[in-house]
Amino acid sequence: MTYRLAPIDTGAFAAERDDTGLTVVGSVVQRSDARGHVTGRTEFFEDVAPPRLAHLKMHRSARHHARIAGVDVTAALAVPGVLRVLTHADVPNNVYTVLKLIGVEPDDEPVLAVDKVRYLGEPVCAVIAETEAAALDGAAAVEVSYEDLPHVLDVEEALEEGAPLVNEYQGQNHFVYEGHHCRRIRFGDVEAAFARADHVFEWRYQSSPIEQAPVETTGCVVVPQADGRLRIHSDTQACFFTLDNTALILGTPFNRLRIVGGTVGGGFGGKVDVVVEPIACVAAMAVDRPVKFVYDRAEEMQVSSPRAAERIVIKDAVMDDGRVTGRKVTLYVDAGAYARHSPYGTTKAAAHLPGPYSIPNVWADCHCVFTNRTPSSAMRGFGVTIADFALESQMDRIARALGMDPLRLRLINAYRDGDVKAHRKIAEGTALVEVIQKAAELAGHDLPEDCRRMSSTTREGL
Amino acid sequence: MPSQIVSLVVNGERREFIAAPGATLLACLRESLGLIAAKRGCAQGACGTCTVLVEGRPEASCLVPVETVAGASVRTLEGVTAGGELDEVQSAFIDCFATQCGFCTSGMIMVAEALLERNPDPSEDDVIEAVSGNVCRCTGYRPIVIAIMEAARRRRERAVPR
Ligand code: FES
Ligand code: FES
Repeated sequence: MTYRLAPIDTGAFAAERDDTGLTVVGSVVQRSDARGHVTGRTEFFEDVAPPRLAHLKMHRSARHHARIAGVDVTAALAVPGVLRVLTHADVPNNVYTVLKLIGVEPDDEPVLAVDKVRYLGEPVCAVIAETEAAALDGAAAVEVSYEDLPHVLDVEEALEEGAPLVNEYQGQNHFVYEGHHCRRIRFGDVEAAFARADHVFEWRYQSSPIEQAPVETTGCVVVPQADGRLRIHSDTQACFFTLDNTALILGTPFNRLRIVGGTVGGGFGGKVDVVVEPIACVAAMAVDRPVKFVYDRAEEMQVSSPRAAERIVIKDAVMDDGRVTGRKVTLYVDAGAYARHSPYGTTKAAAHLPGPYSIPNVWADCHCVFTNRTPSSAMRGFGVTIADFALESQMDRIARALGMDPLRLRLINAYRDGDVKAHRKIAEGTALVEVIQKAAELAGHDLPEDCRRMSSTTREGL
Repeated sequence: MPSQIVSLVVNGERREFIAAPGATLLACLRESLGLIAAKRGCAQGACGTCTVLVEGRPEASCLVPVETVAGASVRTLEGVTAGGELDEVQSAFIDCFATQCGFCTSGMIMVAEALLERNPDPSEDDVIEAVSGNVCRCTGYRPIVIAIMEAARRRRERAVPR
């Protein structure tokens, strides 16, 4: 078997290094944390074991959408080892939104449910106990009575007239962007392009929510320090979001909190929300002891926020020679019950349209929609990845319909330096043409001479 | 059922501790003995990150009630590094970039140790078979398989008398 030990092809970069005098590009640099990992000495948050550690487990909503008629914690408090049961009344500023500090509004998500649950698995009561087993028993013993409400689980149904209102803090089932019902792009005249086109192709794409599924589940250990500060050992990917939001929720100055983080047992975007730390801090203050709150595997899979499901409809005006002259996109991001990072992800999707192509007429409506599903949030390239799946599937289908080489179709339409994008920015530093040419070469795909002569910096071959 | 005193030979040393009824080997290693290399990823036998060697065999320690292995010899990643020197598997994991977040690494290395003990010259299929119960979400498995093949090669080379 022949294989390369390091993922870096030192050979491929050799010439570049010789020409430029670069000394780091193309050289193998050992990870600074690798020795800790292979000896088992890297300290993950759950490896911290302070004395008198108490454990927190959540009682979660058993409904997609319901009014809470009553919460009875008597049986939970009677479980041996249970120390406290927290409800929304114990959380100083119970309603928040994670991107508040960069100006996103409104606060739309309770730390613990108040009068209503909006998705299956939403936190209702937090049970603190001497042992994890007692906390689990306590959480199971909490009794919540519900009055069911009609729920909506589909983005287009959620936007229909008369759909059940998911999130009262938002006020309607879509996020409002500066007074508009969605993120929009208006560039040129797509309808005129469709009228003049040789072909009009319209297809629809749908993705599912995708769980990041890190091997280490989401969690934290909060330790009240002698100086009155709270030390938070967390596997968050976003130490400062955690610090800021937790302080706002607790109503304390930021310097009351200290985050120990940076060691993440896999995150992939799934550990960017601030969900476990605020309630663990409230718990640690309530019992004045260190508290651990860590998701079990089922919670990680069910309630940690996944990549949003998206529905994308693309309608293209295409000429016989392969030029795409108009592109109309209607895109729905399923945010689930709360905003989290989805308004931002939807903006990213809009910013990515119409893909890396020069299309003179573009129209897009990108909706960030609230449904009674698990809130979705960040995951590697969120907003862009699923849009790319749709855009590139669309390009392949067009090429097939025209009987054209799919690479040629992309080369004809690729951005060149100096092109005006749909967002009215001038494209610079474009490289799609060269990347396609190189990929074709590596894949042994023969490009005809005129395609090989194309360049991102000239209009050759167009 | 009361708690009981359990004794194990861990990384060559006899250790005694009190275990609550039903306590798992993983919980005892981490909480009673302070050996934290083995991790809890699922607590249901699905991810392999809690793998340790019991009498030389890889076991998901989250599924092993500790009283069922009382008296057994147990090896964890801490025992692999005894003396502070990295062995061939550990150094190959570093050199081949087979560890990223590191959360699965302890389990992966223990599985590899058991394999190489049994079979010093494994085929790629043998390696894939050996790690098939261990989940890694970061590295894409390829570097892990390469690292274990490389470790086997280095260990065989070292065994050849010069
Ligand atoms: S924690 Fe034991 S297999 Fe996952
Ligand atoms: S290195 Fe992160 S799970 Fe394997």
